[in-house]
Amino acid sequence: MPTPAPLIEMRGITKSFGAVKANEVVDLSVAPGEILGLLGENGAGKTTLMNVLFGAYAPDAGEIFIQGQPVRITSSADALAAGIGMVHQHFHLAPRLTVLENLLIGIPGRSGRIDRAGGLARLAEIRRQHGLTLDPDLPVSALSVGEQQRLEIVKALFRGARLLILDEPTAVLAPTEVDGLFSALRSMAAQGLGIIFISHKLNEVRALTHRCTVLRHGRVAGRVDDPANTTSAAMAQLMCGHEIVPPARGPSTPGAAVLTLDGISTSQHSGTALRDVSLSVRAGEILGIAGVSGNGQRALAEVISGTRAPDAGRMTIAGQKVSGFSPREVQALGLGRIPEDRMTTGLVTNLPLADSMVLPRIGTAAFSSKGLLKPDAIRAFAEAQIKAYDIRCPGPMTRAGALSGGNLQKALLARELAFDPKVLVVSQPTRGLDIGAARFIHEKFLDMRAKGCGIIVIGEDLEELLVLCDRIAVMYEGRIVGTLDSADATVARLGLMMTGAEGHS
Amino acid sequence: MSAVFEQIFQVGFLAAIIRIATPLAFATLGEMFSERAGVLNLGIEGIMLLSAMTGFTATSLSGSLWLGVLAAVLTGMLMGALHALFTVALGLSQHVCGIGVTLFSSGLAYFLYRLIFGQQSVPPSIKGFETLPIPVLSSIPVLGPAVFNQFALVYMAILAIPLAAFVLYRTPWGLSVRMVGENPRAADSAGVSVIATRFQAVILGGALIGLAGAFLSMAQFNAFTFGVVSGRGWVAIALVVFGRWDPWRSAGAALLFAFVDALQLRMQASGLGHIPYEAFLMLPFIFTIVAMAVMSRNAVAPSALLKPFRREER
Repeated sequence: MPTPAPLIEMRGITKSFGAVKANEVVDLSVAPGEILGLLGENGAGKTTLMNVLFGAYAPDAGEIFIQGQPVRITSSADALAAGIGMVHQHFHLAPRLTVLENLLIGIPGRSGRIDRAGGLARLAEIRRQHGLTLDPDLPVSALSVGEQQRLEIVKALFRGARLLILDEPTAVLAPTEVDGLFSALRSMAAQGLGIIFISHKLNEVRALTHRCTVLRHGRVAGRVDDPANTTSAAMAQLMCGHEIVPPARGPSTPGAAVLTLDGISTSQHSGTALRDVSLSVRAGEILGIAGVSGNGQRALAEVISGTRAPDAGRMTIAGQKVSGFSPREVQALGLGRIPEDRMTTGLVTNLPLADSMVLPRIGTAAFSSKGLLKPDAIRAFAEAQIKAYDIRCPGPMTRAGALSGGNLQKALLARELAFDPKVLVVSQPTRGLDIGAARFIHEKFLDMRAKGCGIIVIGEDLEELLVLCDRIAVMYEGRIVGTLDSADATVARLGLMMTGAEGHS
Repeated sequence: MSAVFEQIFQVGFLAAIIRIATPLAFATLGEMFSERAGVLNLGIEGIMLLSAMTGFTATSLSGSLWLGVLAAVLTGMLMGALHALFTVALGLSQHVCGIGVTLFSSGLAYFLYRLIFGQQSVPPSIKGFETLPIPVLSSIPVLGPAVFNQFALVYMAILAIPLAAFVLYRTPWGLSVRMVGENPRAADSAGVSVIATRFQAVILGGALIGLAGAFLSMAQFNAFTFGVVSGRGWVAIALVVFGRWDPWRSAGAALLFAFVDALQLRMQASGLGHIPYEAFLMLPFIFTIVAMAVMSRNAVAPSALLKPFRREER
C-alpha cells in the first residue's frame, strides 16, 4: 500500500533496566490506515517499546514524532492526549462498574456531574462507525472476555485514539472471536486509524497486518513488507535468529492403556459438567483434547488430577482403580499434571521456586522426614532441575513469580518429569509462550512419549494438537463428540466437531 | 410490661435515635469514602478522639462553637493526610498504619488535653450546641420534634447523606474514587492520578470523621473525657461493611445501630433493674455482630481495598 506521512514515528528508542538493554536504537513507524505487526519472542522488548510509547516508561534516548511533530510522552494521560490508545493484555477495567462508567473514567463532566448523555452519544457514534456494540449499563463482570476486549478498544476510540496498540489481543480469545476482532480492526484501519498489533502467532500476523517490524534481544531484527506473502518459517527465523524446525513425531507403538475413564460424569459445581466421558490413553501415546474453552475441559483435567471427584463412572491409572480422587492418590499411582494456570494452581508465586518445585511431593521421604523438611535435599533437587531444563533464574531461592512464563512452564514440567510419571495430563501447555519455549516443551513431550509415558494434552490451539498428538478427541458441552486419528484430522474437520457436529463421517 | 414500653416509645426516643446516629453517620460516611478509594482507615477511632479534643479546646479557648467545628474538621483532614502519606504515598500496610494513627492520635489527645487544662477535679465543660428548631417543619407531629428540633450538626449529617451519594455516583471525581478502589491500574491508564484521588478521598473521609468527633464533645457531652468516643470509630468500620460501602445503606446501618443503642439506654432506665446494666450495654454490639453475620455475607468489598498502588516498574 502507498505510505503517506507516518501517523507515529519512533526513532532510536533505547531503554535499559539496570544492565539489561530492553530496547536498543529501535525505529518504528505506522502510517494512517496501516496495521503494523510487532513481532518478537518473549523478552524481545515489544512490551517495553509500547510502554515507552504509552508513557509508562521514559526512554533513555530516542524521539517520538506524531504526524511529524516531536512529542514528549511521560504519562498515560499524555499518550491519550496525543491520540494513542492501548489495549493491554490484562484488561484495565473495573468489573463492578458499568460499561459506561468504565468509559467515562477520567473524562471531565458537565457542570460538575458525570456526562451520561454525552457518553451515550459518543458510544452510539462509535457503534455506527466501527460496528462495535456494547450495552452501556451492564456491569463489566457480566461481559465475556471478547466483549471486555471490545470495551477496551471502544475505550481507546472513546478518547479519540488515532493509533491503537493491541498487546497480544488474541491470546484470550476463542477462534470464532478472533475473526470478529480482525474484521473490526480492518474496518478501523480502513477509516484511517493506525494499529500496532503485537503477537507471536505468525499465522495471525500474516492474515492481518500490512507490514511487520520484528524485534530480537531489544533490537530491530528485520522488517517484513509483505507479511501475507512471506512464509511463517522466514518470520520465525527473524524472531529467533535461527531456523525453527517443527518437532517430528516419529512412529510409536502404543502399549497397554495407562489411563482409562469409563462413564465419568460430574455435577455442575463450577463450569461445564462432564457427561458420560469415556476415554483411554495408552503408553507411548499422546491424546489431544480439543474444544472451545468452557466445554468441560477444566472438569476433565480436575477429575484426572484428583482435585474433583466425579458423581459417576470409574477411572484407572496403570490398571489400578482410583477410589478416593485425591491429588495424592492419583500422584502415587503415577500421574503427573501441569495445570492450566501456572500462576494460581501451578505454583506459589510468593515462595522460592525450590519450594514450589517440591510442593506436590513435600510429604515424601525424598523431601521430609519425621515431619521436618530437608532443605538441602529440596535445594539440591531444584538446582538439578534448573540445570537440566535450562530454567533461566538467579537460583532456586528466587521468588517463583519473578520468572517468565516460559521458565515457569519448564519448572512445572521438570517437577513432574523428574518422577517419571506413567501418565501426564497437561492443559494449555504452551499458552503465552514464545516459539523457542514452546518448541522445548513439545520436544519434552515427544521424549516422554518415546519412553512410554501416556500424555493427555488439553488445548485450544488446533495446529499444536495436530503436530503433537497421535489421536485427538473433541469435547462439546461436557461430552466427547468424537475421536480422530491425527492422520485423518484437519483443522476444518476438528473445527466442525467443536461446534457439536458428530465425528464419524 | 406495657408501662415499660410506653416509657420507651415516645417522641424523645425518636429524637435520641437521631442524636445517637449523627456521629455514627458522619464517621461511617467518612470511612466509606476512604474505603471506596481502596484505603481502610483504622485510624478512625483515634482521629475521632483527637478531633473531639481539638474541637472542644478551640471552643473552650475562643468561645466560638463553629471555630471548634473547624478545628475538629482540620484535625480530621490532617490525620487523614498522615494516614494517606503512609498508606498511599509510601504504600505501607493499611492495618498497621491505621492502628498506629489511632494510638498516636489518642495519645496526642490525652497529652494535649492535660497540657492545656491540667489536672482538674471537675472536668471543664463548654456551652455546647443548642437545639435549633426549624420553623414550620418542627411543628409536624412526632417527626417535627424528633428530627427538626435538633443541633445544627444533626442537620448537616442528614444533608451529608444525599450529598455523599451524589458525589460518589454522579460526579467525575466520585467515579474516579470508585475506580481507584476497584482497579487502580484502569484509572491510571485513563489518566487519573491514583495517588491524588486516594489522598483526596482519605482526607475528605478525615473531615467527616472530624465532624463526628466534634459532635461528641460539642453537642452530645459538651466536655472532653477520655471515653468520649468509646468504640464508635470501630463500630463505624463495621457499619460500612454492613452498609455495603453505599452512602444510603451505610447511613441506614448507623440509624439501625442507633435504634438499638437508644433502646438499651431506655431499658436501663426503665425499671428492669434486676438485670445488670452491662447486659444492656452489650445489646448494640451483639446486634452489630449478628447483623454483620446475617446481612454481610454477600457484601463485596472494593476490589483494591488494602492494596497499595505502584506504577509497574521492572
